[in-house]
Amino acid sequence: MNTPLDPTTSAASDAPSDSPLLLANVSRRGFLTGVSALGGLVLVVGFPAALRAADPPKYGADGMPDGWVDDPLAFVAIGEDGTVSIVCHRSEMGQGVRTSMPMIVADELEADWKRVRVVQAPADQKRFGNQDTDGSRSTRHFFDPMRRCGAAARAMLETAAAARWNVPVSEVEAQNHEVVHRASGRRLGYGALAKDAAKLPVPARETIRLKDPARFRYIGKGNLKLIDGPDIVSGKAQYAIDTRLDGMLYAVVARPPVYGGRVSKYDATQALKVPGVVRVVEIESSAPPAEFNPLGGVAVIARNTWAAIKGREALTIEWNDGPNAEYDSVVFKATLEQAARKPGKVVRNEGDVDAAMASAARRLEAEYYIPHHAHATMEPPAATARIVHGKCEAWGCIQSPQVARDRIAKRLGISLEDVKVNVTLLGGGFGRKSKPDFMIEAAVLSKAMGGAPVKVTWTREDDLHNSYHHTVSVEHLEAALDAQGKPVAWLHRTVAPTIISTFNADAKNQAPFELGMTAINMPFVIPNVRIENPEATAHTRIGWFRSVSNIPHAFAVQSFVAELAAAVGRDPKDFLLELIGPARRIDTRTQGDTWNYGESPERYPLDTGRLRRVIETAAREAGWGKALPQGRGKGVAVAYSFVTYVAAVVEVAISDKGELTIPRVDVAVDCGAQINPERVRAQMEGACVMGVSFATAGEISYKAGRVEQDNYHSYEITRMAAAPREIRVHLVPGSFSEPLGGVGEPGVPPIAPALCNAIFAATGKRIRGLPIRDQLKA
Amino acid sequence: MVTLHVNGKPQQVDVTPDTPLLWALRDALGLTGTKYGCGMALCGACTVHLDGQAVRSCVTPVSAAVQRKVTTVEAIGADRVGKAVQAAWVELGVPQCGYCQTGQVMSATALLKQKPQPTDADIDAAMSGNICRCGTYTRIRAAIQQAAGRKGGTK
Repeated sequence: MNTPLDPTTSAASDAPSDSPLLLANVSRRGFLTGVSALGGLVLVVGFPAALRAADPPKYGADGMPDGWVDDPLAFVAIGEDGTVSIVCHRSEMGQGVRTSMPMIVADELEADWKRVRVVQAPADQKRFGNQDTDGSRSTRHFFDPMRRCGAAARAMLETAAAARWNVPVSEVEAQNHEVVHRASGRRLGYGALAKDAAKLPVPARETIRLKDPARFRYIGKGNLKLIDGPDIVSGKAQYAIDTRLDGMLYAVVARPPVYGGRVSKYDATQALKVPGVVRVVEIESSAPPAEFNPLGGVAVIARNTWAAIKGREALTIEWNDGPNAEYDSVVFKATLEQAARKPGKVVRNEGDVDAAMASAARRLEAEYYIPHHAHATMEPPAATARIVHGKCEAWGCIQSPQVARDRIAKRLGISLEDVKVNVTLLGGGFGRKSKPDFMIEAAVLSKAMGGAPVKVTWTREDDLHNSYHHTVSVEHLEAALDAQGKPVAWLHRTVAPTIISTFNADAKNQAPFELGMTAINMPFVIPNVRIENPEATAHTRIGWFRSVSNIPHAFAVQSFVAELAAAVGRDPKDFLLELIGPARRIDTRTQGDTWNYGESPERYPLDTGRLRRVIETAAREAGWGKALPQGRGKGVAVAYSFVTYVAAVVEVAISDKGELTIPRVDVAVDCGAQINPERVRAQMEGACVMGVSFATAGEISYKAGRVEQDNYHSYEITRMAAAPREIRVHLVPGSFSEPLGGVGEPGVPPIAPALCNAIFAATGKRIRGLPIRDQLKA
Repeated sequence: MVTLHVNGKPQQVDVTPDTPLLWALRDALGLTGTKYGCGMALCGACTVHLDGQAVRSCVTPVSAAVQRKVTTVEAIGADRVGKAVQAAWVELGVPQCGYCQTGQVMSATALLKQKPQPTDADIDAAMSGNICRCGTYTRIRAAIQQAAGRKGGTK
């Protein structure tokens, strides 16, 4: 039943309008697409609102390129056999979107899930609405449109049945894949009605009758298994790296090791002698900013992947390293620290911080450091492209298919209509696969090979060396306390190369969307507050990484609060709650925030009541306050991110030798109503492990402009034995009539500070620089 | 040409003898359930069974696999233990992105065939060579325990 995603046959046959299914291709009357004023201009995928301040504010899906679509003809097709095909237009990377989004449509449609197949949409934002699968947005932006899709299709089936029986439509009702005439008990299956329904106009949006949430079958229940589960465990699931086409060639690319570098000269003589190597092709480099362009370099094209890898080893390349040849992480950390110790651009200023600091009973300061990180998706970037009669078709593990399509068209100099981008399953995404550079490489190489299909595979070394790395940051915090130990002044200087530098090489300040991630929107009740952003220069491609700037900001802010609590001898949980203060709804614009995750500050205020509740829930469930044996400790942290509230209580056990284990983590999440609670839990569990991973183990560092880590032995990822033994997720109930929050990212930010706060509780040792590695053994 | 015995069948593979089994399976035979993750036996995504033992196919040259029985994830469901492992994985919703899970299933199956009732320490030892970047470890552990209970047919 569960249709395996097969990119090699996805061509036209996967799109419902081209299939023999019937509820398709009729009038679109009554359906307008919600189209963003931003149109196709996407300077930074996922952050459009931050960059076009002159535009009138548009929020939610309206603020995204091509907005949303709720046309059932784009998303639903019903065959005469009753099979319901539902399109998923967002990319599946482990968040469960191929289950959760079609489930919304199926529920409103009263479809029997056992008779639903999921069809993956190719890149076509005009038809499907925004497809940039990042920012933890899929469900909160498409819950309502997908409900309307399903409900409209249900209405068409009901209308068709009523006409067949010659009864008023008010007398019939769709129930579990058939329409029932209540008075007579007559029934017609969806397959029998599909043909008639397809002839009907789509009902106008304002006439659509949504289900009462009390009657949901699937939404909110967590009763459906992953649609791709059986294919995944049997090896049938198709990722981009698995694409196979007739006559396909295999490529690996030697890319400039330094950002902004290029090939000076190369010698392919030995490479071409490697059995299986077909050709060596140079890919042109472009000067920074990198944007989504391929980095350039020398590609080896072969009959199989191994021959391409061996061929690349045999290349002789002389690189011109360019302006970033001196980039050195040790030196750069000192540079960031110097910047953090001097005043910078003031981005929020309340009261008089300097006066309060000068007259305070007590002052504390601390600096926190988090290095670069790589997404290190288990499936490295991979893409295949072919060009037939001037038309390019590509397959990729891509979070932003429309951007890939657009950039391939531009690079090849062909029209958008002549590019088709198919979305495979993604073996992890985490933001890396929002950048289509690797898909453009495949298209460029196919063109060089006369249009032959070429698959580009990044090796793990390529992935770590040439990623769009998470930024590196120093956060400088100062606070003044009065005689009662109450904070009266707060100074936060946040210094980190900005993601904007990947699009504008001169950018040195964090963008509103970065500051708006747990820095500028600090919600504590403190009368004197100043938040500054000194400049920082990027020397590598900076990209977005699951939960983005919340990682450094939440680590610093939530660690510092615990440091203040310790300084005045208070319980850190009670102290944190006191700082947050009473329940209130903060319009984050009053804090100077212009981002709020692209959501309306009225619809989505920062609700300190919800912030308090997740802390209280996690603390209660974790047994906060109970005595623990020697060497054990608990720490708490909270974050508001992606308009969701998550608190974590981490329990650590530290041996006499300083070995760290994590017996248990309690996570409380308030993301509003949960569409698929089972996957919300899974996302929180995974986010917890990712947080533990970058807190304890990994680091990407540079020397002479080059990344020092090559593979998983030097860029460590948390493994089973070091992972938390138990992760308990506590879902705060929500209402379907209230706005939804994000799920994919918000579980990450509180983990590292909660872990380090637990270590402090257990040992008295304060960790201010990540990763922890052997700091506990010193 | 090299002759391999894969999933019960002899297969002619046109690769050089130094080619890792991983790439022979994936590129020459189209058995793409065995995944590339690191190429250095660091992540376990490429795990297959060689005469019933879990090995990392990315560092196993095809020359070392001739005359031996290669089992990949595509055939592991034919094994009673493998089938129980796959069923537990689906039942408990272990996969997130799913990319590493074929390797996890192969490592877990090898473990349970050797130790039908593994302890937590056994699971740590057998599974810590398999990285999951999505962080599904708690569910992997639970699924192994569930599969261990099921194998006897009593649960």
